[in-house]
Amino acid sequence: MSFHLPLLITVFNGQTNITNLTEVQWDLLIRQARKAMLLAKLYYFVEQRQLLGDIPPVVLRHLKSGQVHAEKQFNDLHWELRHLERIAKKLEYPLVLLKGAAYVIGGMKAAKGRIFSDIDIMVSFDSIANTEKQLMIQGWVSSNLDAYDQRYYREWMHEIPAMYHMFRGSVIDLHHNILPRTVKACPNADLLLTNARPLSEYHGISLLAHEDMIIHSATHLFYDGELEHGCRDIMDLNDLLSEFIEEGYSVNDLVVRANELGLQKPVYYALRYVHMILGFPVSDEVINKLNQNIPTGIMIPIMDFLFIRALMPDHTSCNDRWTGFARWLLYVRSHWLRMPLHQLIPHLLRKSYRRMLSKETH
Amino acid sequence: MKTDNFDIANSLHSSGLVLNIGLFKFNIYSPLNSLAESIEILYKDYQYSDYARMTEFVDFHVEIKQVNSVTSMFSKQAQFFLDGLSPFNALPIQHAPAIIEWGMNWCVSSQINTHLIIHAAVIEKNGFAVVMPAPPGSGKSTLTAALIQEGWRLLSDELTLIRLDNYQASPFPRPVSLKNESIDVIKNRYPDVVFGPISSDTAKGNVCHIRPPTLSVKNQHIECPVAWIIFPKYQGGVETQFTKFSKAETLMSVAKNSFNYSVLGVDGFKSLTKVIDKTDCYQFKYSNLDEAIQVFAQLESPQ
Repeated sequence: MSFHLPLLITVFNGQTNITNLTEVQWDLLIRQARKAMLLAKLYYFVEQRQLLGDIPPVVLRHLKSGQVHAEKQFNDLHWELRHLERIAKKLEYPLVLLKGAAYVIGGMKAAKGRIFSDIDIMVSFDSIANTEKQLMIQGWVSSNLDAYDQRYYREWMHEIPAMYHMFRGSVIDLHHNILPRTVKACPNADLLLTNARPLSEYHGISLLAHEDMIIHSATHLFYDGELEHGCRDIMDLNDLLSEFIEEGYSVNDLVVRANELGLQKPVYYALRYVHMILGFPVSDEVINKLNQNIPTGIMIPIMDFLFIRALMPDHTSCNDRWTGFARWLLYVRSHWLRMPLHQLIPHLLRKSYRRMLSKETH
Repeated sequence: MKTDNFDIANSLHSSGLVLNIGLFKFNIYSPLNSLAESIEILYKDYQYSDYARMTEFVDFHVEIKQVNSVTSMFSKQAQFFLDGLSPFNALPIQHAPAIIEWGMNWCVSSQINTHLIIHAAVIEKNGFAVVMPAPPGSGKSTLTAALIQEGWRLLSDELTLIRLDNYQASPFPRPVSLKNESIDVIKNRYPDVVFGPISSDTAKGNVCHIRPPTLSVKNQHIECPVAWIIFPKYQGGVETQFTKFSKAETLMSVAKNSFNYSVLGVDGFKSLTKVIDKTDCYQFKYSNLDEAIQVFAQLESPQ
């Protein structure tokens, strides 16, 4: 099952030196980066190595365009946060930012050139109703879903349906946990919330502890079946981990926390694949300290076979004959992990029935 | 590069046909014969090559192909893709020549932020450009199609690209899109103009593209400063009115007609104010094409 890592990955992991690329190789690299939403990330990668002057101007134009787009999101997010701060000031509990928004506001390495669309926020389950009400007062309204979808989210998921701002169009995903309530490994959310760190520049807004950010990113990636952005997400993990190490922590600290939260499986995969794909240094010794729920025996090569393919950019040049199958199987797996069968089967039947109906009306 | 016996259809159907258009190279792949025919007509004067023999960077890899859906039982549908990404819904397959034009515009307007991109026609004479921002239905394309037969050079019929470092307009000359009655107006007035295949009953009505003037294609790498911003408005039966428009209002209107003004932030504001500082701005109402051409002929280039 030999699989060749695509050009974009070998640039990021240092196997390919960008100063030696021909225009034809740049052509492929830009295509892969565009499809993986990593143009801006690539721009900063080149900039950090002070090589912007060495790449052909026709190529730089695309990297620069991606960077401008990322910068615009960056500014928009700060503006939205000023609005959120007005709500946060009135609450007795902090609004905890997650994922992209947290990386940006925390000034983290993973934020550089990351493209995202929603603002993810977490509060405790008991605070959801009040937070939702306060968001509505400031102009965010619930997306227009039917009663079944509303129930699906509110009873089973770890977030409520997305809220859109009436005038500005910004989207907020309000969470009370990082995994659906129906998942066996669903952690105790209080453990995450109590370790959140308040921000000095935004009153009432917090970020998860660094190790919890990594664990959340891993959980999101390895429980979610939608892997079109898998490449971006594995890059996130790589950035989050390397910054964690630069701050003086060790992978062992992460493993200890994963054991505490009972989220060994996603952390196992995260460490395994940032190592195999992006060359992040991880020793077997540390991985073996993940004390339960990790794959063993034949499952390891099987999951490698699937994830290595699914985590590549979603571009035709990065696929082999098994990629489609791998993505499909992981999609099925994610549903299997997210819901027990007696809930899953009626849910999927309902979803496919409605999909059929909506296609016919178009 | 181009030779007389270059087989456009063969490249289009196999590894892809690379077209050089202004600043950009497009690699177009499509199995559709109708698209090959329209490209042969409309893009005759452009440089093209086969992607298999390409040694240079290509900006956009686009594709139009037939897709299957529930509705395709009743009519064949085609869809536009930028490297696997499909920004629009599938449309009836006979609209393929129009779909490729819309798709290529979308590539530039959604992916490029090194220029301020305004939804406007832009034409040049004596080294200075007129930018004509206007919503659909204002007769912008008809006016453009006429003026480029009257000695103006076509930079673009849809997208005005303003460089952020020197505030000049970069050409992106493409076939000019005409709709409904405009098709006959131009056909009757300029019998030598070459028309592509007509796409009937699109969302915009009947659409037909005309081949850009040979000289406009030949000079597609020559950028130029903007001297005028004119907001045209065709209104049946109206007297020709050419009136000054304030610079402040021009700024607001052009910003509203821009694709990436807000994405560019400070750079968008800076480049637009720099352009408007140096331009004369007008509102222009017309119903008589002869008088309209006359008004443009009388524009005096800055010193």
